[in-house]
Amino acid sequence: MLINAKGIDHKKLNDMLRGAGNDFIIEECLGQRFIAAGMSDKHIEINGIPGNALGAFLNGADIKVNGNAQDSVGDTMNSGSITICGNVGDAVGYAMRGGSIYVRGNAGYRAGIHMKEYRDRFPVIVIGGKAGSFLGEYQAGGIIIVLGLGVKDDNIVGNFPCTGMHGGKVFIRAAAGKIKFPRQVLSSPSGSEDMSIIEKYVSRFCEKFGYSPSAVMAHPFTTVYPDSANPYRQMYVSN
Amino acid sequence: MKINFILPEFEVIRDRDSCVSCRICERECSNGVHSFNEKKKIMTADQAKCVDCQRCVALCPTSALKIVKADCSFPSNGNWSEASIKEIYKQAETGGILLSSMGSPSCLPVYWDKILINASQVTNPSIDPLREPMETRVFLGKKPDKLKRDSDGKLKCELSPQLSLSMPVMFSAMSFGSISYNAHKALASASCELGIMYNTGEGGLHKDFYEYGKNTIVQVASGRFGVHEAYLEAGAAIEIKIGQGAKPGIGGHLPAKKISSEVSQTRMIPEGTEAISPAPHHDIYSIEDLRQLVFALKEATNYNKPVIVKVAAVHNIGAIASGIARSGADIIAIDGFRGGTGAAPTRIRDNVGIPVELALAAVDQRLRDEGIRHKVSIIAGGSIRNSSDVIKALALGADACYIGTAALIALGCHLCGNCQSGKCNWGIATQQPELVERLEPEWGKKRLVNLMNAWKNEIMEMMGGMGINSIEALIGNRQMLRGVGMTSKELEILGIAHAGE
Repeated sequence: MLINAKGIDHKKLNDMLRGAGNDFIIEECLGQRFIAAGMSDKHIEINGIPGNALGAFLNGADIKVNGNAQDSVGDTMNSGSITICGNVGDAVGYAMRGGSIYVRGNAGYRAGIHMKEYRDRFPVIVIGGKAGSFLGEYQAGGIIIVLGLGVKDDNIVGNFPCTGMHGGKVFIRAAAGKIKFPRQVLSSPSGSEDMSIIEKYVSRFCEKFGYSPSAVMAHPFTTVYPDSANPYRQMYVSN
Repeated sequence: MKINFILPEFEVIRDRDSCVSCRICERECSNGVHSFNEKKKIMTADQAKCVDCQRCVALCPTSALKIVKADCSFPSNGNWSEASIKEIYKQAETGGILLSSMGSPSCLPVYWDKILINASQVTNPSIDPLREPMETRVFLGKKPDKLKRDSDGKLKCELSPQLSLSMPVMFSAMSFGSISYNAHKALASASCELGIMYNTGEGGLHKDFYEYGKNTIVQVASGRFGVHEAYLEAGAAIEIKIGQGAKPGIGGHLPAKKISSEVSQTRMIPEGTEAISPAPHHDIYSIEDLRQLVFALKEATNYNKPVIVKVAAVHNIGAIASGIARSGADIIAIDGFRGGTGAAPTRIRDNVGIPVELALAAVDQRLRDEGIRHKVSIIAGGSIRNSSDVIKALALGADACYIGTAALIALGCHLCGNCQSGKCNWGIATQQPELVERLEPEWGKKRLVNLMNAWKNEIMEMMGGMGINSIEALIGNRQMLRGVGMTSKELEILGIAHAGE
């Protein structure tokens, strides 16, 4: 079903999406927020630029954006997939518990903050370009991959990556040792086990966006993970 | 030889003539205070372990036990209280941050106790609630700007979603994790019978409790634990937790050892992992950002449920509430500094935040001044202890109250303040199965229903005395209140006259 979103507000747009049919193409999208919030069983392709909180609380729907997206994409997403063919704003995948988000370009601040996993739910974010500061803050589960494609140096993540991380993994397509992490997380060159995980998601990324998997993989990766021997810990005494 | 700086706080007094060594006290004490001396054939006590929860006293079949405050004390000093000295010993020993639970016990003013309620004499006759109609139902949510009629002159009746309560009291947010399954079940089933609401707190909703959904407020906090589509749909309203009265400005941390199998399923995180709630919502740095989360939740639930924003009572609460009212939220919950907690740093619990009485009056006045009071309902919480506190809160401007500690006391809590230990002998603040089963949900439900019915009757009597026959006519009716022993500034903020005026 084709929806022309010109002049339509988010409430009306979501009402149309909640209506009959599962396959939608939205044309002339211009900043409508909350598109597909909480939805399942829908396939939505968006031409234009959706507003903040695209796919918030998403519960199984598939969304593809042929353009950029703004802040809070996939907030508390439970399952489904979101594909962004351009850049994405801040706090992409806040507290997401499952499903996947693929971004062809760059991501803003706080990508993947407080991501967590649970049983068969395993959230994945793949960012094709650079990620802003506070990548993977408070991360509790799932994986984030930052590829930095087209970036000449290894500075593909911003400041203070993985602050507060206490679970999950971040994979950065850059040489180890050049990025500063907090004391409570460790980083090392990705081993073969990690590389096979990375390869699985990189090949999906390449399939979506037309890159060569072998070219993308022909580069050192760094794995970042919490130091279980040195967790964030506050010393308390019962009073 | 180890020096013991911390003297036992309580003394276990056992009447040897009455004690029959049945060992019930030993079985009932999860702190291991009581034991049987096989050689001497008598019960003995390790007093240092006692927290004064009174469980053994309540269950001793021969009334042989009493727990009293130990009279072994430090030199008396008007400046250095015994508590201050003990806290220094504890920190000098461990280097730790002091951790407490339940609400602040500090001797700061309780304004409820300085406010008195009016009654009708001669003019404006009082009403007898036993024989005349008295409305205690309230509706929480946005009210329209003005009455609207269609072209035929008929009233347009569409309203924003409202929470309908049979009386203006609800059970406040206490997560499954901080309190037990049986405590949650008692709160949920009592709410259902009473026609009021209970609140999941930030711990998700146990699968067994979805059936109580129409009497459930589901909470969304910074950690988003257990938040998913079915959870949001399950509740009658959604509460965004920004802050908590007992610990404004700090996050939460349920340690891995408390993430049992059941708690892990409800929070939707793996068993034995840390559950960290960051101090702020990292996607909310402004009122505009708050509006975004409010509407994301409304969109996800198709505008069927009111959205509550809960904040701790802090400085400038009037301006904060104004922002919340403009964010699109339907209800504001204000939690005063005496509000309870399962665990909070002592210094924060006892020094951060302001009394709910002042915050509530300031918020109500601010929203009235700005002409937006009807756009939100107000819930006041943070140590509402009885039905007259409720009346006073309503007259200061609240549409309803949250009670947490009072509900737990009804379930057997004795305010020993050791929730953080997870060894609650009353089966409330614990996940240990053998302790949880001590709180029988049906028994607990009955006690909560009794408490609320008693309060409801008292509220009706007090309203009747004032000549008021509906809660709606009491809300914000500050003429019904007078202050005693307060400064003119305090009276000004509360918006009430002094007694005698």
